[in-house]
Amino acid sequence: MRRTFPWHIVVFLAPAVLIYTVFSAYPLFDTLRLSFFTDSTSGERSFAGLTNFITLLGDDTWSDAFWNAMWNNTKFFIIHLLVQNPIGLALAALLSLKGLKGARTYRTLIFLPTLLSVVIIGFIWQLILSPLWGVSEGFLEFFGLGFLFDAWLGKESTALVTLALISVWQFIGIPMMLIYAAMLSIPDDLIEAAHVDGASPWRIFWSIRLPLIFPTLGLVTILTFVGNFNAFELIYAVKGALGGPNFATDILGTFFYRTFFGYQSQIGSATMGATVATMMFLVILFGVMAYFYFIQRRLTRYQL
Amino acid sequence: MTLHNTRQHSRTAFVHIALAGYTVIALFPILMVIVNSFKSRRAIFNDPLALPTPDSFSLTGYAKVLEESNFLLFFGNSLIVTLIPLALVLLFGAMAAWALSEYKFPGNRWMALFLAMGIMVPIRLGTVSILDIMVGLDLVNTRLALILVYTAQGLPLAIFILTEFVSQVPTELKEAARCDGISEYRLFFQIILPLIRPAVATVAVFTMVPMWNDLWFPLILAPGEATQTIQLGVQQFIGQYVTDWNSVLSALTLAVLPVLVLYVFFSQQLIRGLTSGAVK
Repeated sequence: MRRTFPWHIVVFLAPAVLIYTVFSAYPLFDTLRLSFFTDSTSGERSFAGLTNFITLLGDDTWSDAFWNAMWNNTKFFIIHLLVQNPIGLALAALLSLKGLKGARTYRTLIFLPTLLSVVIIGFIWQLILSPLWGVSEGFLEFFGLGFLFDAWLGKESTALVTLALISVWQFIGIPMMLIYAAMLSIPDDLIEAAHVDGASPWRIFWSIRLPLIFPTLGLVTILTFVGNFNAFELIYAVKGALGGPNFATDILGTFFYRTFFGYQSQIGSATMGATVATMMFLVILFGVMAYFYFIQRRLTRYQL
Repeated sequence: MTLHNTRQHSRTAFVHIALAGYTVIALFPILMVIVNSFKSRRAIFNDPLALPTPDSFSLTGYAKVLEESNFLLFFGNSLIVTLIPLALVLLFGAMAAWALSEYKFPGNRWMALFLAMGIMVPIRLGTVSILDIMVGLDLVNTRLALILVYTAQGLPLAIFILTEFVSQVPTELKEAARCDGISEYRLFFQIILPLIRPAVATVAVFTMVPMWNDLWFPLILAPGEATQTIQLGVQQFIGQYVTDWNSVLSALTLAVLPVLVLYVFFSQQLIRGLTSGAVK
């Protein structure tokens, strides 16, 4: 039999590979490349070595803004971890209880906000938390906690935490569903056997269920990490591109946008924008590698 | 025995209180916005928690939104830049997944790895260069720019999930078809594609939601009035009418409702897809 060139493989692969390469992979590499170039005032692009990085990390104005955004972003992520994983775990644990009526309705309703756009959610919470409308103040007063209310989104000390909690509120459905699915895949015999051996439900949760869903928690964590370190919409919708008040909510996404596109008096720069994007890429790359090398490797998936 | 039963009951009650409590937290803000969008300005502020009564019912906000903004146009734009990339991602993604899992060719694994890179690295990081390309192709302020970018954005995860499914198609089935002398193209389009339909539904959801909800690329690639998507349109409308609460609440409700309606019909399928995908 004569071997002909397997054109069908090319035909099957070409459309996907072409579109992905031209509009995703190439732009990414080109952006990394651009971070080593600089534009003169006349618009000519020339190689500049590490100048952009030295400016970003060495120049006081630039580095203050960059590290502020980086630090805010880290806090944003840590709040997600601390709040989202325990709540997601608790909801999943409750939902997966045997014979619970209405579990399907609960999970459908709790998942709903996750589907809505971040922009819309941002505006909705801005209204709900507005002292002008007084809805959340009234809500707290109902529980006798009215004194706790403050204009959280407007204050430097609380704005970032509030935004992070809004984001957790919206996306709690994802950890909840992933952990829930992991819990459902634990065989009943295993739980049954522990039960017969006299383990309490509490003990079963800590010693059997939790270790078995650790890989899922790792996955949720890295998904959150990547999502948080290129977040933009929530801050932009609620606080604008400047991440106010006084840059208290400025994260890498908004900093990237301002650097690249310019905002108010600041003139945008494609090459400095590419430099910020490269730094974001390195942060995400670092996170993903850490996940694969440490977490994924150490967590042996239990063979069930 | 009765003691055991009471304990069991109080435990069940506690579980329901906890879950119902959280459900209220999840829905309350959205319901507040929807309910108040149908009330007069005075009623919105005097009694935010009340349902609209014949007295307080008002549609002034909706009238203003539909009058002052091209809401239907934004909506249509969003549909175009979501549904076309969705179809392309599903078709091209399934084709690529089939090629990667079915044929052994040099570089197969590298190609799979190259495509999988896009799952973890957000396409946003390449924005500087994407804008350059779109300027070069004269595609700024066109829906085509968004369609191309969203297709590229959706492909990696689609290929990854679909490869898993395509590889589960039994070998005997493929061999039997090939013995009948069927071409590779007909094998894929007439036999394989219908077989992986359930997986396609899962992928559709994962692909669609981020496209519909995106603000970043519309803001940068297509901010012009004629190509604004619903997210960008709402964002700009609210920026302009921020003190007009009727309009703001109505604009938000209009943006939320289509998704809510779809969710009512497709939620079970969506959640099944999410949980089955996660088990893998």
